[in-house]
Amino acid sequence: METPQLIFSIVLIVVIFLISLVVAMYSTYAERKVAAFFQDRIGPNRAGPWGILQPLADGGKMFLKEEIIPTNATGFLFIVGPSLAILTACIGSAVIPWGSAIQIGGHTFDLQVTDINVGILYIFGVVSLGVYGIMIGGWASNNKYSLLGAIRAASQNISYEISMGLSIIALLMLTGTLSLKEIAEQQHSWHWNVIRQPLGFLLFLVCAFAETNRSPFDLPECETELVGGYHTEYSSMKLGFYLFAEYINMFISSAVMATLYWGGYNYPGMDWVAAHTGPTVAPIIGVVVLFAKIFFSIFFFMWVRWTIPRFRYDQLMDLGWKILIPLAIANIVLTGVGSTLLTHFGY
Amino acid sequence: MEPLSNKRKVLEVKPLNFLERAYLPAIVGGLSTTMKHFFKKPVTISYPEEKREFSENFRGMHSLKRDEEGRERCTACGLCALSCPAEAITMTAAERQKGEEHLYREEKYAAVYEINMLRCIFCGLCEEACPKEAIYLDGDIVPADYLRKDFIYGKDKLVEAPLNQ
Ligand code: SF4
Ligand code: SF4
Repeated sequence: METPQLIFSIVLIVVIFLISLVVAMYSTYAERKVAAFFQDRIGPNRAGPWGILQPLADGGKMFLKEEIIPTNATGFLFIVGPSLAILTACIGSAVIPWGSAIQIGGHTFDLQVTDINVGILYIFGVVSLGVYGIMIGGWASNNKYSLLGAIRAASQNISYEISMGLSIIALLMLTGTLSLKEIAEQQHSWHWNVIRQPLGFLLFLVCAFAETNRSPFDLPECETELVGGYHTEYSSMKLGFYLFAEYINMFISSAVMATLYWGGYNYPGMDWVAAHTGPTVAPIIGVVVLFAKIFFSIFFFMWVRWTIPRFRYDQLMDLGWKILIPLAIANIVLTGVGSTLLTHFGY
Repeated sequence: MEPLSNKRKVLEVKPLNFLERAYLPAIVGGLSTTMKHFFKKPVTISYPEEKREFSENFRGMHSLKRDEEGRERCTACGLCALSCPAEAITMTAAERQKGEEHLYREEKYAAVYEINMLRCIFCGLCEEACPKEAIYLDGDIVPADYLRKDFIYGKDKLVEAPLNQ
């Protein structure tokens, strides 16, 4: 790697890290505002104009809360749990292509931290690591509610990872590559994968909800049954880490979803824009488009959360194993037959 | 059995059809319902800045009234304290001295008059009991505070402002 690109990558890593944190921070604010609007309320509006400073106030409160480690908890693992949760949430963003190559002062830079050729596998690995944070935290708390929450999280993630993987396979049959950058580039202009894979997208979406433990699949922290679920015993910033990890996960899975199915940084008419704005501004517009998609997707996550009630646990398992997996397999077969026939007739 | 009213309706439990079992139509319906609410005007009233209009017989904070010459009407008869179901009122009576006629209407007045706002249930019985029309619950909502002792309102907070101001 050349030196300018190396420096650019380091800057990019820091910037993406900060953006993830800020987006996650303001997602907590947005969540409360969105929830309020859905319920004909106003939402937080006391800290700063329109409550803009609310996340800072929340963060400050979290830091100042008493740090409690229960006597019977396993001290070391008790701390590892939330750290792992937030770590895995943050490293997922490394392979996401935030934009096409940008030209600054004669150099061309990739707007992606690293383009490993198995990007999707990496994402999957990170996502499945994420459940360890919950698992370890719930186990180390030495509390039956935490443990039940952790077990729920683990079995839920295993069940939905299968159908998520299967829904991706159908997509990979069409793209023929595991690299997120190439997948993004293939969807030039309006050739978004969601047009070719509507069912696959639907399956992926449902699984993404389950993987991020968002409502209607938020059974690991089901308040009505499990007090607080896996984070019952947590307080102070360790609790903050868990809650924060959820929002970062939401951001990352929105980014992955936008990249895989909604064309990433591509948008109709991008060639015309690129021809008129030059190689520095055009990629930036692409990044803005990608973020618009991500924000809409985060909004959708919230929209669903404030609409649909939580599943019962057996319904959750039924949905995962008896409906989503067969559907995903059918989707693979359909995709295979469809693409073979299309190639055969020369499209 | 003959039904007592014609309101009873026997429901038939039908098995869900395919569309209902597929969740998706119901989910889309739910999402559109919530989206409608998203654009509705919020019903929130941002209390302290904005206030809901009170009804005419709203019972708020008490005020001890003055007569048309600006003299305190209360004569410390204690009927309000007696009628109070929450035992929120307490007072100390004193005799009016020479030269205080412009301050107190009756010969006996309340030197100390305290209402514990945490005990008060705003029933308005004190208002009804008063023979001198000296106490009315015509004020605002009693504001929040930090300490219990600050909820014991004395004459400084209860008596109406003097007329000539
Ligand atoms: S309003 Fe009712 S409770 Fe309150 S002081 Fe008067 S009599 Fe007592
Ligand atoms: S407020 Fe009325 S009832 Fe109460 S002590 Fe004074 S005069 Fe008597």
